[in-house]
Amino acid sequence: MPSKKNQAPTTPAPAADEPDGPPPPEPVPPVQVLYCAVCSYPPEYCEFGSSLTKCKEWIKETHPDLYEKYYSEDALTSKVGTLSLEAQAKLEKEAAKKEAKAEAKADAALKKKLASQVTIKRIERNKRKHVTSIHGLEAFGVDLKKAAKQFSSKFATGASVTKDVQGRDEIVVQGDVSYEIVEMIEAEAGVLKGIPPDKVDVVEEKKKKGGD
Amino acid sequence: MFKKFSPSADIAGQTPVKSSVQRAIRAAVLSQWKIEPETLEAIWPKKEGLVHVKCREHVSIYTVHGEPIIIQHFDGPYYPTLRLVHKYPYILPKVGVDRGAIRFLLAGAPMMCPGLTSKGGYLPPADAALPAGAPVVIHAEGKEHAVGIGVTKMGTEDMRRINKDVGVELITYLGDELWALKSL
Ligand SMILES: [Zn+2]
Repeated sequence: MPSKKNQAPTTPAPAADEPDGPPPPEPVPPVQVLYCAVCSYPPEYCEFGSSLTKCKEWIKETHPDLYEKYYSEDALTSKVGTLSLEAQAKLEKEAAKKEAKAEAKADAALKKKLASQVTIKRIERNKRKHVTSIHGLEAFGVDLKKAAKQFSSKFATGASVTKDVQGRDEIVVQGDVSYEIVEMIEAEAGVLKGIPPDKVDVVEEKKKKGGD
Repeated sequence: MFKKFSPSADIAGQTPVKSSVQRAIRAAVLSQWKIEPETLEAIWPKKEGLVHVKCREHVSIYTVHGEPIIIQHFDGPYYPTLRLVHKYPYILPKVGVDRGAIRFLLAGAPMMCPGLTSKGGYLPPADAALPAGAPVVIHAEGKEHAVGIGVTKMGTEDMRRINKDVGVELITYLGDELWALKSL
């Protein structure tokens, strides 16, 4: 901190009023802060993240001096600061719990992705009119709003993100474009990237008799 | 403010800022932050256009080359982003929280007075006391770099005297969903 003399934000602070004379003509160079490649925090905050084990591995490998600084026996005892030992133990337990939780979540996300399916449904509105609904794109990390926009400009037709009866997100495109969408997925067009074609199902929903 | 923030849902639009408005913002930032004009010029060169990213609930983010540098709520004070403060730590007055408060802060909770007035905390001395509503950078006990940007909910002398309730509300903090976005 070069100076503790801070001005209240409402009062204008002409720099020339500073007691240490006129400001230097050169801009002050920025502080270069190292960020952890694992959790994105400055490494001193890794202990509060949800990937401490991996963070430690990374810093030990890439910045051994900092590893010493943050995780040596001395550092561990001094950083406790004004916190009671009991509170520190609790904090460490929390961190371990958080880490386990994050790992379980990542696992579940991967499993979900593997088990996920994209369903493209051709729905008959009346004799000659259809709409196409698409389910499950979000499981593959596709932004539904962007996908809908892409469909609507590609097919020059209406496409919107809505929720179906079960409350799942779906994209509804006006017209029968089911096979065109399959082709787009195979070609990984625009935002439709990383969806294995064998996870894509095309089904047809006939209009039930006696409907409106 | 940015505990939950997703560009697709929370950004209403991006527009380049008119140069007359840019001049007004530059003047306001120079008066509100403790920053030299030439340093601000290095961060946000006059030739470069500032882009106004309009978000829900009257939150504005201003970017240079896509990088968020300024945050504003309604027509309130201008706050630097946390990444900007890491580069220029002296531009806002500082407060500090004790180690026990860090994990609450990282969960997005407002900072209660005891976490600021305890031995591990830090408030400016009486002759540099801050009023309510002042933008501050939040440091943490034993840590070199700031952990968040906040705004005082009461004067710092009142925090000492009353020593309960919320002392500093968070604007943005390490690990929130704005932190995750290096560019918009
Ligand atoms: Zn880390």
